[in-house]
Parts: sequence; C-alpha cells; structure tokens
Amino acid sequence: MLPLPPGVPTAVPVTYYLILSAILFVIGGAGFLYRKNIITVFMSIELMLNAVNLSFVAFAYKFNKADGHIYSFFVMVVAAAEAAVGLAIILTVFKNRQTLEIDDVDSMKL
Amino acid sequence: MDAILFFLFATLTVICAINMVLQRHPISSALSLIGVMGSLAVLYLLLGGEFIAMAQLIVYSGAIMVLFLFVIMLLNSGAEPKRNRHKILLFLGAPLLVILLGLVGYFIQTQIPANEMVKFGSWESGPGKPAFGSPQNVGMSLFTSYLLPFEITSVLILIAILGAIVLARKEID
Repeated sequence: MLPLPPGVPTAVPVTYYLILSAILFVIGGAGFLYRKNIITVFMSIELMLNAVNLSFVAFAYKFNKADGHIYSFFVMVVAAAEAAVGLAIILTVFKNRQTLEIDDVDSMKL
Repeated sequence: MDAILFFLFATLTVICAINMVLQRHPISSALSLIGVMGSLAVLYLLLGGEFIAMAQLIVYSGAIMVLFLFVIMLLNSGAEPKRNRHKILLFLGAPLLVILLGLVGYFIQTQIPANEMVKFGSWESGPGKPAFGSPQNVGMSLFTSYLLPFEITSVLILIAILGAIVLARKEID
C-alpha cells in the first residue's frame, strides 16, 4: 500500500457508485434522444443497461448479498439476446431500405 | 488507495461515455463503449463482484461488442450526417435529463446513509461480514434460489437464436 498524503480519502461511500450509475444512465439517455444512427442508438441502450447493472452491484455490496450479482448476470444474458435479435433487425432494415438513419425509417410499410 | 482507483476509473467511464455520445462515426462510438465496459468491470471488482467483473469482460466487451463491430463493418456504416429536424427535442430533452439526474442524486443523498465505506476485497469473508461476490457464492445462489429463472433464460436464448436466424437469413426463392 502506498503512503497517501493527508487529506486524500482512502475509501468512498456506496452512494458515489450510485451517483456514477445515475450519470451514466443520463448520458445513455442523451445518446438515445439525440443520435440519429440506429446502431449508435442501440449502443446507448446498452450503456443504460450497464448503468443499471452498476446500481445492482452497488446495492449488493450495501446489503451483503449475492442477489444483486444474480440480477446483474440476468441483465447481461438478456442484453446478449437483445443484441443478437436487435442487430438482426437492423440488418433486415438496411437490406430493405439501404439506410441507417432513424429519421428515414418512419413508415412501417415500404 | 480504493478512492484513487474509484475516481480514476469513474472519470474514465464518464469520459468514454460522453465520447461515445459525441462521436459521429459508429466505430468510434463502439470503441468508446468498450472503454466504458472495461472500466465498469474494474468498478465491479472494487465492489467485491469477482464473478460479475469477469462476466462483464467476457460477455459485454467480448461477445456483445464484437457483434456490434461485425454489424457496423458489414453494413459499411459511415459518419452520421449533421441534421437538426427536431428542435423541440433539443430544447426539451436536455433539461428533462438534467432534472432526472438531479432528482436521482437528491434521493440517493437523502435516503442512503453515506457512512458505509467500500472496502476492496469483499469476496473474502471478514469479521462480521459474509462473503457474497465470489463465483462460489454466486453459483450457489444461482443454482438453488434462482434455478427457475436460470432455466427460463435458456429458453429465452434459444428463442433469440431462432429469431436472429429467421430475421437475418437470405430469402430463397
């Protein structure tokens, strides 16, 4: 362990992790709202899922239980399934319309 | 030491996340997102999630982001053109997001006591503190109390595989 100068905190409370999680969620939401490329919007959703995972793990630490880790694990599995299906949908959209801009994909029929 | 690691990787996470949103090219966004996920794995490890940190590295930054990069390169997606068609979104979205962040921060500060410090290495049981994050503990919990959700997950993944194949296959006349 390195000797620390006085005034530097040696540990942080759990609330800092929760606030970081909120910041990441809001950045993901901003990306979801402002970006126009389907793939970037999809990556913003993944960022929001990651932010919530950080919350789960922080609460697991707070309550000394493995349950939060299990929920986080299930979120990861669902995110993997979602990514597979979502990217297949993006491939189909691109095949039919030759565009990745969400503003150009505004009707359900071609 | 824990605080330095936390602030280092929290800053890295936020910078990578902002860079992900600001970059115009999807490849740059995807690489920034890999940075976010790697730093989050370190934060999980600081919180004592030994198993979940490794799962984050393997599943998220390994499998899912490779899938994203494959699709970006397959579609040959270029930089996003500059367009501002939704003025209302621009002026309504950002204040609402800031209000959301303020409310969540306020509730976290008032509802959760800030006196409990995060100590590194909590997957080992200490005095008065049971271990909870090691692969052994997570596996024990996963295959006893959460056995039914685990089995249902396998059906979900099967459906996802079938759906992806059906959606992405070539039409054969």
